[in-house]
Amino acid sequence: MPRLVSHPDEVKVVSQRFGLGAANIDRYIELGGYAATKKCLEQGPEWIIEEMKASSLRGRGGAGFPTGLKWSFVPKQSAKPKYVLVNGDESEPGTCKDHLIFLHDPHAVIEGTIIAGLAIGAKTGFIYLRGEYRYLLEIMDKAVADAYDKGFLGRNIFGSDTEFQIITQSGAGAYEVGEESALMESLEGKRGIPRIKPPFPAVVGLYGGPTVINNAETIATVPHIIDMGGAAFAAIGSARNGGTRLFSISGHVQRPGVYELPMGYNLKKMIYEVGGGIRGGRKLKAVVPGGSSTPVLLPEEIENLGMDFDQVGKAGSMLGSGGVVVIDDQTCIVEFALRTISFYQHESCGWCIPCREGTDWLKKSLTRFHAGYGVAKDIDNIQYLAENMLGRTFCPLGDAAAMPTIGFVKKFRKEFEEHLNGKPCPFAKHVELAVV
Amino acid sequence: MADVTFTVDGKKLTAPAGMLLIDACRKAGIEIPAFCYYPGLSLQAACRMCVVRQEKVPKLQTACTTTVAEGQVFTTESPEIAQARKATIELLLGNHPLDCPVCDAGGECELQDMTFKYGAGESLYTEAKAHRDEQQWSPAVYYDRPRCILCYRCVRMCGEGMDVWALGVQNRGVVSVIAPNDVAADGQTGQLDCEQCGMCIDVCPVGALTSGSYRYKTRPWEMKHVSTVCTHCADGCKVTLGVRQVNDGSEIVRADNRDKSGINNDFLCAKGRFGFDFVESAERLSKPLVRNAAGNLEPATWEYALRVAGSKLKEIRDARGGSAIGVIGSNSTTNEENYLLQKFARTVLHTNNIDHERTADYAAFARALAGHKDKAASLRDIATAPAILLAGGDPTEEHPLLAWELRTNVRLNRARLYIANSKPIKLERQARAVQGLPPNGYKDLTAILDRGESDFAKAVMAEESLVMIFGQEFRGEGVEALVAWGLNRGNVRFAYLGDHSNSRGAADMGLFPALLPGYVPVSEPGAFAEYPDLPQTPGKSLGEMFLAAGNRELSALLVVGANPVAKPGVNPADLKNTFVIVQDIFLTETAALADVVLPAASLYEKSGTVTNTFGDVQLVKKAADRAGVKPDFEILVRLAGSMGVDVRALVPFGKGGVTADLGQSRGAQSGEADRHAVWLESNNLEPKFSPFDPLATLDEIARLVPGYQLDRINLFGGNDVRTEPGFVPVSALAVSTGDTVAPAHDTLFTSSTLGRYSTALNELQRHQAREMTESAAD
Repeated sequence: MPRLVSHPDEVKVVSQRFGLGAANIDRYIELGGYAATKKCLEQGPEWIIEEMKASSLRGRGGAGFPTGLKWSFVPKQSAKPKYVLVNGDESEPGTCKDHLIFLHDPHAVIEGTIIAGLAIGAKTGFIYLRGEYRYLLEIMDKAVADAYDKGFLGRNIFGSDTEFQIITQSGAGAYEVGEESALMESLEGKRGIPRIKPPFPAVVGLYGGPTVINNAETIATVPHIIDMGGAAFAAIGSARNGGTRLFSISGHVQRPGVYELPMGYNLKKMIYEVGGGIRGGRKLKAVVPGGSSTPVLLPEEIENLGMDFDQVGKAGSMLGSGGVVVIDDQTCIVEFALRTISFYQHESCGWCIPCREGTDWLKKSLTRFHAGYGVAKDIDNIQYLAENMLGRTFCPLGDAAAMPTIGFVKKFRKEFEEHLNGKPCPFAKHVELAVV
Repeated sequence: MADVTFTVDGKKLTAPAGMLLIDACRKAGIEIPAFCYYPGLSLQAACRMCVVRQEKVPKLQTACTTTVAEGQVFTTESPEIAQARKATIELLLGNHPLDCPVCDAGGECELQDMTFKYGAGESLYTEAKAHRDEQQWSPAVYYDRPRCILCYRCVRMCGEGMDVWALGVQNRGVVSVIAPNDVAADGQTGQLDCEQCGMCIDVCPVGALTSGSYRYKTRPWEMKHVSTVCTHCADGCKVTLGVRQVNDGSEIVRADNRDKSGINNDFLCAKGRFGFDFVESAERLSKPLVRNAAGNLEPATWEYALRVAGSKLKEIRDARGGSAIGVIGSNSTTNEENYLLQKFARTVLHTNNIDHERTADYAAFARALAGHKDKAASLRDIATAPAILLAGGDPTEEHPLLAWELRTNVRLNRARLYIANSKPIKLERQARAVQGLPPNGYKDLTAILDRGESDFAKAVMAEESLVMIFGQEFRGEGVEALVAWGLNRGNVRFAYLGDHSNSRGAADMGLFPALLPGYVPVSEPGAFAEYPDLPQTPGKSLGEMFLAAGNRELSALLVVGANPVAKPGVNPADLKNTFVIVQDIFLTETAALADVVLPAASLYEKSGTVTNTFGDVQLVKKAADRAGVKPDFEILVRLAGSMGVDVRALVPFGKGGVTADLGQSRGAQSGEADRHAVWLESNNLEPKFSPFDPLATLDEIARLVPGYQLDRINLFGGNDVRTEPGFVPVSALAVSTGDTVAPAHDTLFTSSTLGRYSTALNELQRHQAREMTESAAD
């Protein structure tokens, strides 16, 4: 079990039961669990949605769409069954927050799923875990079975005449199914390829029924919002960015780990105080603020940067999944770009041309470039390739590959130039040279 | 949907709301490039070539998924859009082998065309291209992954279009490949276990899927393209033959229907696409053969062979009368040839001993529909009918185009298909309800419907209108009872399924011992009274002719494009004492017994018209050429000439040709001059110059045969023109003999005698047999 970290600046809402044995249902109840669900059963769907709107909770998957609004889009009447879908396909490099939720607090996910179901009038929820999280699936499955045993799930939840069922499902190992419609395809037993939108999931989703699909962290936050009240949750964060967020701090910091901090928390402070500063006394070179798909930020760009969707967006990057990757001055940015694009090349589903071919050519070019076989026009070509993928692909994976690449070339052009004309990587001691 | 108005490139366009932008633009003549979009198949939005800019939308949008609404403003060509398309092509060309100089698609490749338009002329990459070896999936289909741009047209065509689902995508990302359904143990190679229709090859925008019969044979620009009609089954697909000059004539190298003309749009089955190669068979006859004194067939000149045949026919007719001569016509020759054959039999040989190998009881169908106009369903009616009842038959095997139309109608128009059959058939997958019947239970179908007890019967009876398609299980009174039930129910149209490319035409053109063209009885010939010396007593049927020959009552038999000796129940020894003349393309079992064999042109080497089983008449155009052979039309005219007949009486060519003396029966009209010339003039037509011009006979057909007054603009323009079987006055109908009907039971890869000479079809049969053995072993 990974070691839990903590810092005095943390505001523990979602993570309040981490490390307290809450995977055990009795312990979870002892810690106040399932009260939120009972409250929601009494208050009814409209009240739930109002509380969610008041909380100004925004989707923790990365896009930051207001959760209450998303739930309100689901039609009240539907000929087809409605579904709640929990996206636990956490695959964005630099992100490891949902992992802790499934590990330490699986019942919060179950509770959040039931509450979402009550809000939209669904009778079935699916919890979809990333393929590599098979060991967490066992924990999740046990929690679901325990909830059934207690009568919290089933035909008459909590003795009411309301039905709610939960089905868990493991993925097969594809980053792409983190995209909501690809996840639905996968769940339906098909190739994990995104769907054409519109129609959006709220109207035509899983098995053609209206579907709410939320990130696992979003769902796990829901019972806490119900417990503390939407307004109280909103008050923790910054404007239009309610509450706290689990930030996964990784890379060259002294104390990497998952920290729950209020939305809008200063990034520099996050690196130097919460994360304990750059390890080995080195200097900060750059930071990726929201998972590998978000454009890199330079030290001077994070001086007064509050970590919420709006501020990071204004700074030219994205808050994304909250995966803060800290890069020290001994890191080769070309290699970092190559590692990043290699991931997207490997994970591209291959459906559309710009992503399928673009990620591959970027990887090939960067591999050769980093190995010292680059020529001057390669730098422009790499940027050109990435810019021509941006906004042209079928789903956001293409953008996720293009955006960081553009950022690296633009902000570290000099470092690219230092690799030119047969010069070895200035940081070669870290690197095994790939041979083209 | 109500029409909406929107702006594209500054032009105001109007289209129904919700129409796809790419379709609306194409309709208005604005071409938006696309690889993955294919009309009629599900949307992919994968190739990103159709990107356009929509006002007030931040990103470029795909025209294949954008639906039009009132007031929208689009730009489809701009530097930004051209750059996006160019960048996509650059990416595609990155791994594309650029082996265009040897690629089958070179010259008719959508990737080439778009590269030409958007100019991705310079390679950005220095890395090696990804390579994979080419795979052969079946005798018909090869796959070259490096050329593949993964547009998934083939996958969707095979799955959605054909309902075969033999193709899929394997792996992900840049190593994705299209893979066939029968994957080998290595997981990398495979075979296609499918209907081998070749539609996947046809829709491939590049040279990734190539055809076993066409690959590396020619450059596209070396071919000329002739649009004609397929010679295999009775559905009558339009087929575009790619023809190339070779030493001994012109050779067909490819068959497709890329111009999407005709009833079949781009559809062709394995037979239509690959089964044309019988024309190139080494067993093809190219010289007339005459049996010599030693009893062997030996090559002869046309003049000699025709003289032998003509003088013998004349001798027998003059000595023993026309009743001593029999004529058997063809299911695959043209209407003009069939018409000419029966006219030759009746007016030159003076016999009604004429028949053909009947594969369906069209005479009973005509009688059942007599007097009821517009009750026959053309294939176009079937393609759009909201409800269809299919009784008997197995269209997937025997009528691939009909099966395609039914599937498409169900898929795109949500048509309701009902199936009654004695065996399970594949089309049940599209059916709303299915009624199983015992093999001899088809006669009870109407009673089952009337009782209305089963879900099937309830659903069918609840339909407002219905197209009833029925198979050869229905004959004689069975046809009449079924049609009578439908006519009584009201709002029903009918179609009857026969077997060969012009079986319906053979019946319509009067290859019957008792029926003239248009099912007019010989005993009451009506307009055909103008035929000189028309015998008015019914002649012998095919079976009766063989019996008569065995009894030495039939001295001569002329067989045109038929192989009756291969039929079960026919005794070849019956012909021992009969002088047999055979016109055919191969030395068939029948031709091998003949005294004179005249080598005929195939349907792909002649002109004329054919009628499919739905009564749709289409123009046949000469595509290929072969030294030594002649069209049956010309052979018949020359045979008549060699008998000393004035051929103007047979083929109305030139001026002042036919004078029809109607004699006593018409009194004042007696001695009336040249009715054909009068008809031509009244129709503003000129007489034809050549005695070998089938159009001269088409004129006569139009003048005399009920139901064949065809719209010439459509017919000559290459469209299908429907004819009516239900034109015969009820009083004039003879009794049908349904017991002489014998269906051919051809399958996807067989085509009766013709198919035996197709290398491609034989290979496909062997491939299918192997696949079936393997799947049985699995």
